[in-house]
Amino acid sequence: METLSGIPVKAAYTADDLAGLPEAASPGRPGEYPYTRGIHPTMYRGRLWTMRQFAGFGAAEDTNRRFHYLLEHGQTGLSVAFDMPTLMGYDSDHPRALGEVGREGVAVDSLADMEVLFKGIPLDRVTASMTINAPANVLLAMYVAMADRQGIPRDRLGGTTQTDMLKEFIAQKEWIIPPRPSLRLIQDMLAFGTRELPRWNVISISGYHIREAGSTAVQELAFTLADGIAYVEAGMAAGLDVDAFAPRLSFFFDVHNDFFEEIAKFRAARRMWARIMRERFGSKEPRSWWLRTHAQTAGVSLTAQQPMNNIARVALQALAAVLGGTQSLHTNSMDETYALPTEEAVTVALRTQQILAHESGVTATVDPLGGSYFVETLTSQVEEAAWEYIRKIDDLGGMVAAVEAGYPQREIAEASYRFQMQVERGERIIVGVNEFAAAQEPAIPILRIDPEVEPRQVSRTREVRSTRDGARVELCLSALRRAAEGHDDTMEHVLECVKAYATLGEICDVFRGVYGEYREPAVV
Amino acid sequence: MARAARILLAKPGLDGHDRGVKVVARALRDAGYEVIYTGLHQTPEMVVAAAIQEDVDAIGLSILSGAHNVLFPRITALLRERGIEDVVVFGGGIIPEDDMPGLAAAGIGRIFNPGTSLEEIVRWVGEHVRPRGVAA
Repeated sequence: METLSGIPVKAAYTADDLAGLPEAASPGRPGEYPYTRGIHPTMYRGRLWTMRQFAGFGAAEDTNRRFHYLLEHGQTGLSVAFDMPTLMGYDSDHPRALGEVGREGVAVDSLADMEVLFKGIPLDRVTASMTINAPANVLLAMYVAMADRQGIPRDRLGGTTQTDMLKEFIAQKEWIIPPRPSLRLIQDMLAFGTRELPRWNVISISGYHIREAGSTAVQELAFTLADGIAYVEAGMAAGLDVDAFAPRLSFFFDVHNDFFEEIAKFRAARRMWARIMRERFGSKEPRSWWLRTHAQTAGVSLTAQQPMNNIARVALQALAAVLGGTQSLHTNSMDETYALPTEEAVTVALRTQQILAHESGVTATVDPLGGSYFVETLTSQVEEAAWEYIRKIDDLGGMVAAVEAGYPQREIAEASYRFQMQVERGERIIVGVNEFAAAQEPAIPILRIDPEVEPRQVSRTREVRSTRDGARVELCLSALRRAAEGHDDTMEHVLECVKAYATLGEICDVFRGVYGEYREPAVV
Repeated sequence: MARAARILLAKPGLDGHDRGVKVVARALRDAGYEVIYTGLHQTPEMVVAAAIQEDVDAIGLSILSGAHNVLFPRITALLRERGIEDVVVFGGGIIPEDDMPGLAAAGIGRIFNPGTSLEEIVRWVGEHVRPRGVAA
């Protein structure tokens, strides 16, 4: 028997296992360094996790309606999914956007779309998480411009832009420019955030996509923390004091099926990050040591076969995230192997969190599995295996060099193939797929994106271009180009472009022109 | 001895989810096929150009973003425009059941859904893909 990461599991664990652990693995108390048992002493007794369902589809008004629906049903934070053209920095009328507009998320081409997306949402009271990476600076600028216009002080804006380009190159693969200039733009965002947006998480260091691309839990943990190390180094290289920006770094992890390994992963992550910040970077501020995380149940674990079974998988994974001590959670909907979720499916997913929070009793005490012979042993084993990867990445010259060498990409591809072969050989059972299959699959309703969304969005964007002050746009874009070519801060220039209604595609074209487009070597 | 069939695996569109296509690439290679993978973010034009340049016998398309109804038929139409009738085209990814008939009519030989075993894909390819110019 072994975990999904291949860590052997014994039939029983005893006090002898705990006695064999290094002293550094002592779990300590919740709210105390190294925070294995949670970053707060009272955890969910003081405040429940944020229930943050990821939503976005069609045009801005479609997603705006879903946001209002979710808030009315008890969701406590927003999370925006953008469509593929937006993620890649193309406007909806770009030839490459054909067929993709509004399909996997919402299309946002200009400030005009952003204003529709958040219509009627109090920006100073609801936090917004935006899953945006390559053009994160543009979307953050749009959000700030919108708040400026509404007269909301910047220091009241709470939320997150994902901005994790390293994991894009490793796993999610939505990029514009190569890794090194990508990091330069992130440095400018970090400086802007530190200066202007004290409640904004500029980077959400994301293991989720690494796991969804087929990594193990140990690889997810190791590569995510190694990405975090690279961002802290980038911030410090930009001249920022580590404790000025590190408290605003947040994390995002996947929660897969292997219940105890997932709990161990969250506990190990907190302990490792606290040590990295304090020992490696000399951080003096306890808030910089805290690994605050959002979690999402594993989309990759859901099956198209017998889709109702996904409700059970999601509940199990959500419980692991809560026992792992997450600050925020998204539960996947049962129909997400087919399409974006219907309202009914997303409601069941949200209710799953509410049942955990209000009916199960798991929130009554902090880290209820702390001290478990098995969980403490596994936490240490997961941690040790992750350190090994981090040491290897350090030897390669850090995460940027490792990514350029294709190291994490190859490790993930290997793990994903190994897992698939285990499934093929029946060594891993997937209920309803390679065991307990049904002769007849039940049909479930799925969300259809109106084919009219694309032409409608294209005409809105063209209208924005034809009604704005074209000369002002040209000036702003030229100023941005000069900043990108030199060393000036790009973020203020992006903000000016956005306010002039320059489009996402136009702004990203400036970066493409200056830094070139990234092309991944096609390695199988 | 007859040459092994050549298969182009492609990711048309903008989504970066390439776990599935990479696993399928390895499985087909292990089964003895010559596999060429285009990499990510391909336009239909790029896919067809690569298929012609590599003189492949089949094209396997993977897409998870929902753009299949636009991009898959565009690829088969481009093949027809270039007078290429004997390349087998198949696909996989997140493709709702309702879209299957339309894609079949557009000339996609088979769509594999999430959860399909590698064995099933390899078997289907074995039954339907031959080096062109070689009798089945």
